[in-house]
Amino acid sequence: MWQWFHKLGSPKWFFGIAGRLMPWLGWSALIVLTVGVVWGLLFAPADYQQGDSYRIIFIHVPSAYLGQSLYVAMAVAGVVGLVWRMKMADTFIASATAVGAAMTFLALLTGAVWGKPTWGTWWVWDARLTSMLLLLFLYLGVMALRGAMEDPDVRARASAILVIVGVVNIPIIKYSVEWWNTLHQPATIKVTEAPSMPASMWVPLLICLLGFHLLVAWLILWRMRNDILLRERRARWVRAWVLAQ
Amino acid sequence: MRSEARVPVSLREQEGGWLRAAFETVRREWLIAFRNRQDLINPLVFFVLIVSLFPLGVSPEPEFLRQAGPGIIWVAALLSILLSLNLLFRNDYADGHLEQWVLSPQPLALLALARVAAVWVTTVLPLVLLVPVLGVMLHLTPAIGLVLVLTLLAGTPVLVLVGAIGAALTVSLRGSGVLLVLIMTPFYVPVLIFGTGAVTAAVEGASIIGHLALLGAMLSLAVVLAPLAIAGALRISVSNG
Amino acid sequence: MTSTLLEARKIHCERDDRPLFSGLDLRVSGGELWRIAGPNGAGKTTLLRILAGLNPAFEGELLWQGEPVHRVRTQYQANLLFLGHNAGVSPSLTAYENLAGWQAMRTPAVPEQVMAALSDAGLAGYEDLLAAQLSAGQQRRVALARLYLSSAPLWILDEAFTAVDREAVSQLEALLANRVHAGGAVILTTHHRLELEGVQALTLGEGHDAV
Repeated sequence: MWQWFHKLGSPKWFFGIAGRLMPWLGWSALIVLTVGVVWGLLFAPADYQQGDSYRIIFIHVPSAYLGQSLYVAMAVAGVVGLVWRMKMADTFIASATAVGAAMTFLALLTGAVWGKPTWGTWWVWDARLTSMLLLLFLYLGVMALRGAMEDPDVRARASAILVIVGVVNIPIIKYSVEWWNTLHQPATIKVTEAPSMPASMWVPLLICLLGFHLLVAWLILWRMRNDILLRERRARWVRAWVLAQ
Repeated sequence: MRSEARVPVSLREQEGGWLRAAFETVRREWLIAFRNRQDLINPLVFFVLIVSLFPLGVSPEPEFLRQAGPGIIWVAALLSILLSLNLLFRNDYADGHLEQWVLSPQPLALLALARVAAVWVTTVLPLVLLVPVLGVMLHLTPAIGLVLVLTLLAGTPVLVLVGAIGAALTVSLRGSGVLLVLIMTPFYVPVLIFGTGAVTAAVEGASIIGHLALLGAMLSLAVVLAPLAIAGALRISVSNG
Repeated sequence: MTSTLLEARKIHCERDDRPLFSGLDLRVSGGELWRIAGPNGAGKTTLLRILAGLNPAFEGELLWQGEPVHRVRTQYQANLLFLGHNAGVSPSLTAYENLAGWQAMRTPAVPEQVMAALSDAGLAGYEDLLAAQLSAGQQRRVALARLYLSSAPLWILDEAFTAVDREAVSQLEALLANRVHAGGAVILTTHHRLELEGVQALTLGEGHDAV
C-alpha cells in the first residue's frame, strides 16, 4: 500500500501509467457515452409531466454530480499534498479545477436550458442552480488564486488551503441556500427528484453517469500528463520521451 | 554600537507567554491603526457611499428602501470589510514584521485570532455603529435597525475571520484587492443569508433567536477553524519572502 | 555549549527547475560562526530561510538538537533569532515601540533594558522617533538592537551589515566575536569582508554541494 502510495507521488511513474490507461479510458468513455446519450435522448420514454424536456437530465445530472464531487476530490488531494508533500496532488488540483469548473458550467447551462420550457424563463433563483452558481464561483476563485501565483510550491500549498477551506464551507453554503430558497420560493419543481423514475429512464441515466466519469477521468489524466511534462521539462526522462514521439 | 550583548546565551525551553504575546499583538494593531487613521476611515466612507448609491440608482421611495435597506447595508458592509481586509497583513508583509511574527515562539493560530479580534474592533465596529444613521436614511424603523445591528454584530466577526484566510493567502500578491473579493465572496453567502434572513423575520414579526443562533454557530465554528487556516496561509505566504 | 544545535542533512532545493543546492550538509554547534558565501542567485537567502524554518520547500532533514524542526517548532523559534532583508521594523512605530514590541512577543520587555539596547545600537536620543523618520541605517540599527536583548543560542543574519556605516560594521563584528566566544552560534551572509578569526565558510554555487 505504502509503496503504491509512494509510486503515485513519482511524476515519471504516473506519467507512464496514465499514458497506458488513457486509450482505454478514452475509448470506453466514447462508447459508454454514445450508448447512454443515444438511449437517453432517443429511446427512453418521454416524461408524462415534462415531455421531452426532461431528457436534459442525461447531461445535467452527471455534470452537476461531477462538478461537486471533483471539488471534494480536490480537497482530498489538497490534504494529501499538504500532509505528505506529494507533488502529484497539486498536478491533480491544477487539472481538476478547470474540468470541475467546466462541469459546473455545463450543469448551469443545461439547467437554464431545461428551465426555459419548464419555468418559462432561462434563470430561476432555484436552490440547486444557485448552489451550482456559487460552486462555479468557488472554482473560479481557485483558478484566480492559482493564476496570480508564480512560485509553484507556494501555489500548490496556497490552493490546497483554499480548497480545504472551500470544502468545509460547501455544506454550509448549500444548507444556507436551501434555507434561503424555501423562504423565498416555497414551491419549485425539483430538477432531479422524480420520486419514482422507471428503469427505462434511470438505466440510461446511470450509463451516462458512468460515461461522464470515464470522460472526466480521461480529461484529467490528459491535463495531468501535460502538466507533468511542463513541470518536469528539465528532467532527462521527459527529454527522452519527447524525442521518442 | 556596543560590542557585547546584554543577555547571556541560554537555551530556553518552550515557555508560556502566549497571553502576553496575544496582548502585544492587539496593542500593536491598535497603535498602528491609530497612527494611520485614514486607512480606517476609507472603508467607512466606502460603506456609506455604496449604501447611498441605491436610492440614487434604484429608487428613493421609502417603501423600496425599507424593504431593500437591510440587504443593501449587509452587502455594503461585506464589501467594505473585504476592502479593509486587503490591507490586513499587507504592510506587515512589506516591512518584514510578518516574518518575525511567524517566527515568534508562540502558537501562531492564537496570535492570528487576537489579531483578527483587534481588527474587528478597529474596522468593523465603527461600521456597525454607523448603521443606525444609515437606517434612518433608508427609512428603517428603530426596531428593525436594532435587529440589523444585532445581526451585524453576530455576523461580521465571521466575515473577518474567514476573510482573513484570504488576506493571508493573497498578501504576497501585488494588487490583490479584486482577487480577495473574488475568492472570498462565495464564503460570505451563508452569513449574508442568515443575517438578512433575521431582519426579514423581524419585519414579519417572527422570532430572530433561531437566526442569531445559526450565526452564533457559524461564529464558533469560524473561531475554532479559521485561525488554523490563517496561520497555515501566513506560513505559506512568508515562506518565499 | 559544544553540542550540535542545528543540523541540516542532505538539503536539496530547486528553484525554477534548477537545483540551487543538493546534498548539502551543515552542522552548527555553539561557539561557531558560519558564513554562507556565493555569487548572487546562488541561494544564500533561500538557504538561510530554510534553516530558519521559514521555507519548507526543500528535501532533506533539518534538526534542532537532534529533533526535526517542524516537530519542535516553538522550541526552535524560542532559541532562534532571524534577521532577514526586511527585519520587521514598522515605520508607524517609534524605535522604542518597535524593539519593545518585538521583545514582548518572546519574553517580558523591561523598559530599561530596551532603552539600553537602543543606546547600545547607537540610537540614544532617537528612541521616541517614528521609524519612518529614521534613516535606512538607523532603521537597520533598530533591528540590530535585538541582538543585545536576545538570549537565543542561534542567530541567523541575512545581509547582516547592510546599510550601516563602517564603524558600526566593525563593532558588530566584535559583537559577533564575543557572542561566539560566549557559546552562541551565528550563521550569516554578508558582502563585507569579515575581519574575524575562526569563520567557517560554506560556499554555494560551486558545483552542487559544498562542505
